Amino acid sequence: MEIKILGPGCAKCNKTEKLVREVIEETGIDASVEKVSDMMQIASYGVFGTPSVIIDNEVKCTGKVPKKNDIKAWLTK
Amino acid sequence: METTTMKNSKNTNIMMMLNLFLGAVGLYLWWMIYHVLPKVSSWLTYNLLPIENGSHLGSSVEFFLYDTPKVMMLLFLVVFGVGIIRSFFTPEKTRAFLSGKSEFVGNILAALLGIITPFCSCSAVPLFIGFVTAGVPLGVTFSFLIAAPMVNEIALGLLYGLLGWKVAAIYMGTGLFIAIGAGWVIGRLKLENHIEDWVTETNVTGVTMEEEKLTWNDRIVYGWDAVKEIIGRVWIYVILGIAVGAGIHGFVPEGVMASIMGKDSWWSVPLSVVIGVPMYSNAAGIIPVVEALLGKGAALGTVLAFMMSVIALSLPEMVILRKVLKPKLIATFIGVVASGILLVGYLFNLII
Repeated sequence: MEIKILGPGCAKCNKTEKLVREVIEETGIDASVEKVSDMMQIASYGVFGTPSVIIDNEVKCTGKVPKKNDIKAWLTK
Repeated sequence: METTTMKNSKNTNIMMMLNLFLGAVGLYLWWMIYHVLPKVSSWLTYNLLPIENGSHLGSSVEFFLYDTPKVMMLLFLVVFGVGIIRSFFTPEKTRAFLSGKSEFVGNILAALLGIITPFCSCSAVPLFIGFVTAGVPLGVTFSFLIAAPMVNEIALGLLYGLLGWKVAAIYMGTGLFIAIGAGWVIGRLKLENHIEDWVTETNVTGVTMEEEKLTWNDRIVYGWDAVKEIIGRVWIYVILGIAVGAGIHGFVPEGVMASIMGKDSWWSVPLSVVIGVPMYSNAAGIIPVVEALLGKGAALGTVLAFMMSVIALSLPEMVILRKVLKPKLIATFIGVVASGILLVGYLFNLII
């Protein structure tokens, strides 16, 4: 599973990354996490808000810090 | 299977009723507390603290003790309410709605949508690119980018609470006017080639996106999250703003502001814009200061100009936007918006 977190490095983006990593650790799911902070790259995904979470090329959430339960649901689905 | 869904919907109904009930009780309590604030703050200042009635310090402390809870309570209510309204809007929907609209109508719609679409200036760049590459005209995009920070729920809620509905309506009206006008002017100037080249070269792959289905409970949670997020971020500005306001209220003599920021000094409007543009604060911090300035005889137009230039044009946002805009377009953007603010300032000093 490929997880990308898009965000230029604001507080919300870092929080999102932290939450995602926590969930991965707790559930023991095999997933790679990549933080994308380059504006050009972020733009090429066609999302508007940061932070955004993209899992296997599907935008799961954009413009807000996701809830931990939501992240768990995306990862275990 | 069917019984569980029935049970679930029954549970949601109960939750819903409970939420409504709690909401009503909460609103009633809010109302009661809000109305005893003047008495409590006055009592705290003059009875509990050893401060002499009528002293400079007394009037500062009373101002602070009254305004802090008042502003926080107003923020709470307004942010929650607007949070629920905002859960119906997303930048994606706004873009879909705006692309293909003609310029003038597009400017008006963009400015209006700027008020209610959830937006944070840290995502100004992806939003800008998203709009422009989807065929939203440059000027229309700017109308959105100007209105979004300037005319927002925090500003309107605080202005309504502290200065009355007339000032709130004037602020909203003139803010929209500037956003629409400035966006339209920028559109007319044909500056599309002053967007950084990589923006138009960006190949938007457009990953698939799920449309979120929200229930009313989700929307309440959304509003609640907005309260936690926004109040957690702005409370320190509010307290600092009120402290400055309290200082002005208690110690600056009546009428001093009338000579500096009054309507007879023609240079006061441009000066407030020049001071206001590099300053960075949000509406929550600047409005208590504005309240105190107005109380000391500052002219409404001058104060409006100051407030708008602080909120609408900020250095950090320019630095972020510089990534997608060439210097000339940034300069035009600042110039056009600042001119609009000047115009509004002079206009109000003239007619009020």
